[in-house]
Amino acid sequence: MRVNEQEMGRGRVVLRAEDVWKSYDEGTITVLKGIAFEAIEGQTVALCGPSGCGKSTLLHLFGGLDAPDRGRVAVNGIEVNRHRNLLRLLRHEVGFVFQLHNLIPDLTLEENCLIPTVAAGTKHKTALDRLHQLADRTGLSHRLGHRIQKLSGGERQRTALCRALMNRPKILLADEPTGSLDEQTSATVFALLMDMVATEGVTLVMATHDRGLAERCDRLLEMHDGRIHEVQYAR
Amino acid sequence: MIFLKLIVTNLRRHRIRSFISVAGIAFSVAAMLTVVTILQGAIGMFSGILSSDSEIIVFERNVSDLFFSNVPAAAAAQIAEWPMVQHADAVLFGIVSSAGHPIITCFGVTAADARIAKATWIAGDRATFAQHADDVVLGERAAEFMAANVGSFVPIGHATFHVIGILKTANGFEDGGVFMPLASAQSFFHKEGTSSVITIKLRYKDQAAEFKNMIKAQYPNLIGLEDAEFNRSYSQFRILKATAWAVGGCGLLLGGLGVANTMIMSVFTRIREIAILRVNGFSRLQIGGMIFGESALVSIFGAVAGLTVGTCFLFGLKLIPALHGYVDVTLQPLVMLIVIVLALLTGVAGALYPAAYAMRIRAVEALRFE
Repeated sequence: MRVNEQEMGRGRVVLRAEDVWKSYDEGTITVLKGIAFEAIEGQTVALCGPSGCGKSTLLHLFGGLDAPDRGRVAVNGIEVNRHRNLLRLLRHEVGFVFQLHNLIPDLTLEENCLIPTVAAGTKHKTALDRLHQLADRTGLSHRLGHRIQKLSGGERQRTALCRALMNRPKILLADEPTGSLDEQTSATVFALLMDMVATEGVTLVMATHDRGLAERCDRLLEMHDGRIHEVQYAR
Repeated sequence: MIFLKLIVTNLRRHRIRSFISVAGIAFSVAAMLTVVTILQGAIGMFSGILSSDSEIIVFERNVSDLFFSNVPAAAAAQIAEWPMVQHADAVLFGIVSSAGHPIITCFGVTAADARIAKATWIAGDRATFAQHADDVVLGERAAEFMAANVGSFVPIGHATFHVIGILKTANGFEDGGVFMPLASAQSFFHKEGTSSVITIKLRYKDQAAEFKNMIKAQYPNLIGLEDAEFNRSYSQFRILKATAWAVGGCGLLLGGLGVANTMIMSVFTRIREIAILRVNGFSRLQIGGMIFGESALVSIFGAVAGLTVGTCFLFGLKLIPALHGYVDVTLQPLVMLIVIVLALLTGVAGALYPAAYAMRIRAVEALRFE
């Protein structure tokens, strides 16, 4: 299913998937079956669907973590599986937030957030300024020196959000970002996520089981049996 | 800074494992340092015996050990007459045993030999040396372990000798040795008319090349080598040095295996963490650098600890009276540098496979790994 720019409103296409196929176990399990998808700059897109329908796989393809068996995935107009510099994609163009926060437990909140800047070779002072800015907005300023074990679930996920945004990516790929949180914390973290995305002007593609959260995105895509079956404009 | 913190954090996370790796390297380094230093000290002492007040050693060509060298007395007498030679001293080496002491080095020397003429005599009169065939002079330590004084009769090998003096030297071999008149030693060891070496002192040092050429021309069965040349080329020294480094190398190999084991465990237990670093933009090189950094840190700590332990151990050995003079604890900077570099290389080698494994981790697969 292809959505043209006119339908989506004016804007630059930052993510594109064309006839993407992906299978595992030597082709015995086909997860994506000819996916076509586009997202424009600044848009929030929710991917809904049952477990195993290919939501996470699609996010991994967008982030260059995996390559499609067939088809084409492009980020900012550059094909991902032929991207000359996948590191640049991971360091500067996309940020990941996972269901499990995936923070390094023995490091502090600050050190965890600085990891992408170390990878990118950002100057320490610049990185710290950025971290303080993000920490202020996520309400984590008072927790910067705390180890991850000392943080609550919500704080950990907010930390993961900060880390994902440290290098000012244009695209945020969130895989069940509130999946491990209770209802109240989930609502708080999601509100913060949407606020940060709007403030930073980031394109969000979020895989979620939570229909309520998904409906608050600009678009809601239903995935089933390896295909995007419908495109619903939530707003 | 965070990169370094990642390295240190992982080592701190498994303190006991890291400590065992550091200890492995430390023991290897200490072993290598101790063995190499002791053997080099021993070589130094042995070469010190040969170079005592001399610059050139003449001995039988192509012998594997100086104890098997036979230099004719006639040659020694003729060489001593050469104008460029200030003095030429024939020395016969032998190994004897005494009650409770299976190995005692015996030196057959003339009264004019520097070992007798210039040594510090603790007891006895140097003028009495070589007046009787059964007279011997003992090194200080030999007198101590034989419980002998001037005037004592001591059993050495199949005979009994009369102690006429005790002398003190800085050389462990000499201090624990027995000095006999050359003729007595030749008779005792059934080497009449020969010596093991002739130590040569030239009138002018720049005549060394000319002297060696004359030896080659007039005595084809003999060879003359300057002291430094001898130390480099004498096969026994080379074997000893090679053995010392080989023993130390084996120790380091074991230490390296310890590091490899630690680093493999380190990588296998944090596959997901490495995947997270990759997702956050860490390159394969950065991941590899992190693993090598950990092993390098283990090696550095191990090398420092090993050098400290090894040095203390050597100083401890030096304090043992029985080893007095045998252990030369002159730590050579080059040896220490080589040991440190070898320890680092061992650490790096131990991290090769773990680093290669970590660099190949695919984030997408590792993230599914719970």
